[in-house]
Amino acid sequence: MAAATEALLAVEGLVKRFGGLTATDNVCLDIRKGEIHAIIGPNGAGKTTLVAQLAGEVAPNGGTIRFSGRDVTRLPVDARARLGIARSYQITSVFRAFTALDNVAMAVQATDGHSFRFWRAARNESALRDPARAILERVGLGARTDVRAVNLAHGEQRQLEIAMALATRPSLLLLDEPMAGMGKDESERMTRLLARLKGEETILLVEHDMDVVFALADRITVLVYGRVIASDVPEAIRANPEVRAAYLGEGDA
Amino acid sequence: MKLDRRTWFVILLLMALAALPLVATLAGQEFQIAQFRRILIFAIAAVSLDLILGYGGMVCFGHAAFFGVGAYVVAILNWHAGREVPLIGTWMGTNNVLVTWTAAVLVSGGAAFLIGLVSLRTTGIYFIMITLAFAQMIYFFFVSLRAYGGDDGLRFDGDTVAFGLIDTQDDAAFYYLVLAVLCGVLYAGRRMVNSRFGMVVQACRENERRMKALGFPTARYKLAAFAIAGATAGLAGALFAAHESYISPSIMHWTRSGDLIVMVVLGGMGTLFGPVVGALAFLFLEKTLPDYTEHWMVVFGPILLLLVLFARRGIFGWFLPKEERDGGSH
Ligand SMILES: Nc1ncnc2c1ncn2[C@@H]1O[C@H](COP(=O)(O)OP(=O)(O)OP(=O)(O)O)[C@@H](O)[C@H]1O
Ligand SMILES: [Mg+2]
Repeated sequence: MAAATEALLAVEGLVKRFGGLTATDNVCLDIRKGEIHAIIGPNGAGKTTLVAQLAGEVAPNGGTIRFSGRDVTRLPVDARARLGIARSYQITSVFRAFTALDNVAMAVQATDGHSFRFWRAARNESALRDPARAILERVGLGARTDVRAVNLAHGEQRQLEIAMALATRPSLLLLDEPMAGMGKDESERMTRLLARLKGEETILLVEHDMDVVFALADRITVLVYGRVIASDVPEAIRANPEVRAAYLGEGDA
Repeated sequence: MKLDRRTWFVILLLMALAALPLVATLAGQEFQIAQFRRILIFAIAAVSLDLILGYGGMVCFGHAAFFGVGAYVVAILNWHAGREVPLIGTWMGTNNVLVTWTAAVLVSGGAAFLIGLVSLRTTGIYFIMITLAFAQMIYFFFVSLRAYGGDDGLRFDGDTVAFGLIDTQDDAAFYYLVLAVLCGVLYAGRRMVNSRFGMVVQACRENERRMKALGFPTARYKLAAFAIAGATAGLAGALFAAHESYISPSIMHWTRSGDLIVMVVLGGMGTLFGPVVGALAFLFLEKTLPDYTEHWMVVFGPILLLLVLFARRGIFGWFLPKEERDGGSH
């Protein structure tokens, strides 16, 4: 295991049980600053459950999560988000009645002090709108700012997810299958976006598409039935016989 | 400047309301002034409910309780002042509205804060039930409060003078005061729903889980909205007490909370001005439909159902720009 001192996120012995099912089985993991760390594993391996525990939406039964050297295991979601952990959802989760710009402006607002401000029109505040516009531009939604989220194409909604996570200027991005349900063109666009983020952001990336994973990831952790069976650089993962047997051999590799 | 349908509608309706005392007097129907003043007071309460119901998605089924608490605060302070019975220590209460109305706002806002603190831990049907339960507790508290009339209510010397200027016994002057308060509440409400705070409250309605993931401590914003709505309902209650010079627990019966919800839905949720239209329409129908049939609720129920199904923004929705009719609020 890598030296814990340089890890931005350090997970030790994490356990989550749903009744008789152990969705997270003694998981240890560390994510270094600046890397793209991919989590792969078959359906139901516990990837989303792991992300939810890192974000603070699901409470683990055991183990610790340290972020920037601080124990955040018992910290609620919003407090972790303020520390710099942002996530996107496998199933799109945005403010559907809001425009794309309103969605991202809300994320910008989250990092700009408290919101007990009752008088000025938030939609006229350039301190919120300008950064939000810039981020929409960055994810490729620059021409769609005034479209309601509900009216965006599926792929655009996925881009909006990323934009909202980016807008909180996080130090760790948890991306849960950002290309879920996307067509070929949309996936390629998203891959290019992630490639641009590489080096700028620290990302935990849950992804099924092996081409994308091996193209982008600095390190890969393989999860099977809630257990980490390997965690290494891509070449080593590709060569790992246990991984090949348990996962890569299974089909879509 | 080109005005849209909505703006025209709002301007015309407010002008009609402003002209009402004059028209009523010319028509020899002065009693209508008090009639409409009552409607405007309920309109204020309905607008306050819209802040949490329409913008916050919090279906509060106990809003009449905050209205009633505000009314009782004024009634009790006035009653003590009129009878010269000490209230606290040697203090005899007061009929100075600067004191009584402020107290009404603070006490009802405080009550809403405490009730919200517990209720907002739940959502959906549980939230509806728990706000209803708290409202019933307050209702029965006042029913059993024999010292202030209990079930029979409390009649008090209503001779209050507002700000040394407006005698609430003067029908027209008090009417304009109520209209001014309504306009003030609408304006402040409009500012608030479009402010950072208002955007947070609306986003919580859309997707509270996402708000938490963005880093918003959502509970405290929802609670603040709930308390503000309760305080504003209390202000409406204070006006109501001055309007009636009499108050009884029936004003906070659960059916009254239901009426307020109906006004908001009928007029248009999440529009602020809609509930004013809703209050006018509801209280008008409530007065006139019984003339035709005593089973007026049987007629009114289906009308409301159709509105909810086919006009999600209620009556006021017809005057809204297309893109606001079904979705987000502005
Ligand atoms: N709230 C829950 N209650 C009970 N079981 C759950 C719950 N959430 C997840 N599970 C179970 O835990 C296991 C892991 O689920 P999870 O969603 O984390 O898998 P995943 O790796 O994200 O799968 P996918 O690739 O399909 O997204 C599954 O067997 C799932 O059925
Ligand atoms: Mg998943």
